[in-house]
Amino acid sequence: MSNVVLDVRELTTKYVTRFREDVYAVDHVSLKVEEGRSLGIAGESGCGKSTLALSLMGYYFAPLHYMSGEIIINGKSISGMKPDDVRKSILGTEIAYIPQAAMNALNPTRKIINFIEDVIQAHELYLSKKDIYDRAIKLFETLGLPADVLQKYPVELSGGMKQRTVIATSVLLLPKVLIADEPSSALDVTSQKMVIKMLKQAMENGLIDSMIFITHELPLLYNVTDDIMVMYAGQIVEKGTAKQTVFDPLHPYAKGLMGSIIVPEKGLRDVKLTAIPGVPPNLKNPPSGCRFAERCKYVIPECRVTSINLREVGEGRAYRCIFSEKELREAYQHEK
Amino acid sequence: MKNELCLSGSGLTKIFGIGRQRTVAVDHVDFQFYAGEIVSIVGESGSGKTTLAKMLLGLISTTEGEIFFQGKKRDISSQKKKQEYWKNIQAIFQDPYSSYNIFNKIDAVLLDCIRMRGGQSLPRARKMELMKEACSFVNLKFEELTNKYPFELSGGQMQRLMIARIFLLKPKILLADEPTSMIDACSRATILEMLLNLRKETGMTIIFITHDVGLAYFVSDSVYIMEHGKIVESGTADAVILNPTQAYTRRLISDVPKIYEEWDLSTV
Repeated sequence: MSNVVLDVRELTTKYVTRFREDVYAVDHVSLKVEEGRSLGIAGESGCGKSTLALSLMGYYFAPLHYMSGEIIINGKSISGMKPDDVRKSILGTEIAYIPQAAMNALNPTRKIINFIEDVIQAHELYLSKKDIYDRAIKLFETLGLPADVLQKYPVELSGGMKQRTVIATSVLLLPKVLIADEPSSALDVTSQKMVIKMLKQAMENGLIDSMIFITHELPLLYNVTDDIMVMYAGQIVEKGTAKQTVFDPLHPYAKGLMGSIIVPEKGLRDVKLTAIPGVPPNLKNPPSGCRFAERCKYVIPECRVTSINLREVGEGRAYRCIFSEKELREAYQHEK
Repeated sequence: MKNELCLSGSGLTKIFGIGRQRTVAVDHVDFQFYAGEIVSIVGESGSGKTTLAKMLLGLISTTEGEIFFQGKKRDISSQKKKQEYWKNIQAIFQDPYSSYNIFNKIDAVLLDCIRMRGGQSLPRARKMELMKEACSFVNLKFEELTNKYPFELSGGQMQRLMIARIFLLKPKILLADEPTSMIDACSRATILEMLLNLRKETGMTIIFITHDVGLAYFVSDSVYIMEHGKIVESGTADAVILNPTQAYTRRLISDVPKIYEEWDLSTV
């Protein structure tokens, strides 16, 4: 078995609202990412994907609070560290995070190279300007970005180029895990492809050991990551390889998500899109039984009362449903 | 058989700036949109899609060329004529969060649409009925929406409310400028289905602007591909997407992630 880079055990985090109500946005999530592999997280808006990404960094600030569980990076536990220590010794060097609007991180009044200098200084790596420049040039070459970008101001760059510049900067300190939270959803398809290509290059050239990629765009996730995890209402509802999750989903929610796939391929024009009716539950007082019960087609009365655990079905596959694998497959078959 | 011509244009051009700043955003574009058709305009960022849309809506002036509406030359020289034109063409924009007046409640938004259709003197019960019908068309519950402000809804719900507005207004043409790019894949499926229903119910012409060839292929009857302000390829969706003749179209198609074919990353 290869080396596990990121090991998360039963992580639970909550938001505290201004009325002192607790919202458990990440609820007992366990996951493992091995070296050289990438994990995708799928789910609709409001399912806790981005909160999970923030929680994984171990850097908590109000209203997000740590509750329980453990985050282990390369054998070292980071849960319970002080936020300041996390920022100095973990972020950037162990875990790097790319938010959706990463390009907004750039300062409009300063050149890209100054931005990179700032990153290095913040991590107290006393390097000369010349060394920083050499390092940046080398990094940009590896990732296929033009070197003249370094001497430009952010306004001179296109959106896609800005996004790629910030991503390149985030892998500058060779993090073990890169968490990319919808890095391409604000871009058009061509720039999106360039971002994905760059992330793959970063993996191949050993700049990052592993990657967590978050998006609601399933065809994209299928092409980018090795494994896919589907989240619903703060819990993992399905886990498996990309192929298994997209072509043979087990959980009814995952099945529903696959109904929204649109691709320009022959014969896919007459596909009937099936959207899941309703909205995710309010996590202030989550339903006691299965959290998907309200919107599920196959719901039976027991679903609403018994809480269901993640069921392992071998080869790293797991799903969270009251029905057995066989029953679910029969139900889907029957529907066709 | 094709229906009658609804909106067409010849040699449509828009130039921004003069001298060194001169930018040709839309360059001698010809098009014919037929009644009851869903047409997609596809291109990457900066190809002039939105500029073309704004010209069609009459929000910006044209530098050159003519737009014909129902066979006659479009005349929007005065404010009154513009308002008359806007009864026939309506739009859904990319960002649902900035499409509403934040001070107006949702009932006011919908009542405004009824008034625009000349229904201000209808009895109150009839107005309620119309609003309920529009909301149920987009799977929203009118009872839950009354006394709410638009910002209390989610992005997907706002975009659906936008379609409810269009359902009330019943324009001849709907111009949808990237209506699904800011909402997640699951709500996107709902919105697209609703656009298809809208066409079925009202026979509206829908102009769908997007950068995603996949969406264009799914919803439209015919597709126009734009590159640097020019239309490089047009035809029925099947012809353009399955047998593209231009290198640019092939590139756009190859850039969309697929699930049955391999996604080639070496082309960018």
